[in-house]
Amino acid sequence: MARATKNVRKSGRRHPFATVALVAVGLLVTGAAYAGFSQTSATAEIDLNSASTISQGEKLFGANCATCHGAGAQGTKDGPSLVGAGAASVNFQVGTGRMPLAFQGPQGMVKPKQFSEEQTLQMAAYVASLGPGPGLPETRYLKGDGDVAAGGELFRINCAMCHNVAAAGGALTQGKMAPKLTGVPATHIYEAMVTGPQNMPVFSDTNISPQEKADIISYLKYIEEKPSVGGLTLGSLGPVAEGLFVWIIGLGAVVALTVWVTAKSN
Amino acid sequence: MAEEAKNSGVNDAVVAAQSHSADGAAVGTAVLSSDAVQNPGLPPHRERVTDLDPKKAKRAERTVYTLFYISIVGSLGAVLAYMFFPIETGELLAVRLHTMFVGIAMALALLAVGIGAVHWGKALMADHESIDERHPVPSNQETREDAAEVFTLADKESGFSRRSLVRNSLIGALIAFPLPGITLMRSLAPQDRDPVQLLKHTMWDKGIRLARDPSGVAIKASDVTIGSAFHVIPETLTHEEFSKLSLEERGGSENFLDAKAKAIVLLMRLDQSQLKELPDRKDWSYDGIVAYSKVCTHVGCPVALYEQHTHHLLCPCHQSQFDVSEHAKVVFGPAKRPLPQLPITVDKDGYLIAQSDFHEPVGPSFWERLK
Ligand code: FES
Repeated sequence: MARATKNVRKSGRRHPFATVALVAVGLLVTGAAYAGFSQTSATAEIDLNSASTISQGEKLFGANCATCHGAGAQGTKDGPSLVGAGAASVNFQVGTGRMPLAFQGPQGMVKPKQFSEEQTLQMAAYVASLGPGPGLPETRYLKGDGDVAAGGELFRINCAMCHNVAAAGGALTQGKMAPKLTGVPATHIYEAMVTGPQNMPVFSDTNISPQEKADIISYLKYIEEKPSVGGLTLGSLGPVAEGLFVWIIGLGAVVALTVWVTAKSN
Repeated sequence: MAEEAKNSGVNDAVVAAQSHSADGAAVGTAVLSSDAVQNPGLPPHRERVTDLDPKKAKRAERTVYTLFYISIVGSLGAVLAYMFFPIETGELLAVRLHTMFVGIAMALALLAVGIGAVHWGKALMADHESIDERHPVPSNQETREDAAEVFTLADKESGFSRRSLVRNSLIGALIAFPLPGITLMRSLAPQDRDPVQLLKHTMWDKGIRLARDPSGVAIKASDVTIGSAFHVIPETLTHEEFSKLSLEERGGSENFLDAKAKAIVLLMRLDQSQLKELPDRKDWSYDGIVAYSKVCTHVGCPVALYEQHTHHLLCPCHQSQFDVSEHAKVVFGPAKRPLPQLPITVDKDGYLIAQSDFHEPVGPSFWERLK
């Protein structure tokens, strides 16, 4: 009897863990393949100046953007002119999914992007060909290896009042807001500074130099990676979230203890 | 008798009142209300489970001493946490772990001993109701008469009410007594200079270049692209430059941060066609570039949330909004006055310079503010 069982085990075909193992292997393989795939797409090399890229971009633009921005990107009453907007602007707006807009509202929101990296760059090339504007940032400024202290000071002077000192974002007027800056790729942070998307002011290179921008990016990456030293961050939103926590959790505990202390034992 | 009064109607109240002294009611009580709340007396004594069941009592006892032991563990734990999670490495993570473990252990120590003590008192200590009689508040008649006599005697001997001139002058002296305190407060303000003058002047002056905060690098008009916002300080307001200045040139502030707090400016460039300018201030801007004090006129927070499309500046403290395209007039919120504008122009090298100091004091209102 014992021998028979052993033989069945040895054949391995009906082992109870076989299915689990199979699923695990399957997940691993697809995961790895996906990681490999997304990495290759992130490093897509495209020549922004080549005529074929520009004409591809023009086609995409005509099909997707021209209703609001006009056939030659000269602008209509529904959308501003993009002449001189530059490649950085297109890469930011389309690359974060803000464009095409889901609807006209106080602010375009981040949403799943609708175009591949390649298509985005083709449109960027087309818009850049219409007039001089801020170009894509150089990768050496995006590494996050700048001067964190200097970046912190610049961030507090130029950015913190809208984006919150911990980069957690904040409210503006009439439904507009400054988004949080954690989890945002360095490229998009840089592009936002040079182009001033939505209601953000422009921080051109003459205002904050490319190296200073690199410092700010380094600072943002630093606070993103460093654990908070103060325990629960409560969203880093400051007194509102903290007050709510104290009122509900803190006072709730005090009330519960008071009720217990004064209740008659049974 | 009281029982009767309660049962009979309103008409009987007078009768009851006449005979109330017999009821123990105070003399002069005209009406005995017939619906007064009756003293409910003590509720029936209810035994606790720990009184009825010795097993439960044992259990409560166990809970209490376990809690006390937990408290000891917590206290020792706090000591251990202090030793094993030191903040000496300079790592931020170390601070977090240190505070977290020391905190948890101390919370355990304090909460457990507190909860244990309360539980002991509630479940195990003797449980019986008793009444503490309240003592009458006034002292007895004799003591009160004695006291009154002391006062009358004191008044007579001192002549307090007889010599009214002396009395009134004493009252006057007592009223005047705290006044020096108020003047002493004045010494908290700068001694040798008039605080009003101090608040009216900043470091800005004719010809001072507008520079970036914090680097102090001067700004060329051509650097300012449309939609830009620059955070600006006077070129002379960097640590090295500041130490070389005279008090006059520092806008009256001895200290760097005071000077900076008054002088900070936000510089923006709008499309020239969007500026609505008063005729007498037309030359305060340069080619669509305008500069405004960053100090909110409400209570003085730095106003720097600039929305480039609406041209509104938002103050983060109480949500005042200022319209930059119209001399920073208030469009919303508690601020009452527009932000002061810094008149600017360019020098021959193309750098932005101030035409003068602000024409009105910056920041919130204060005494003797003329505008
Ligand atoms: S300080 Fe600006 S609104 Fe109150």
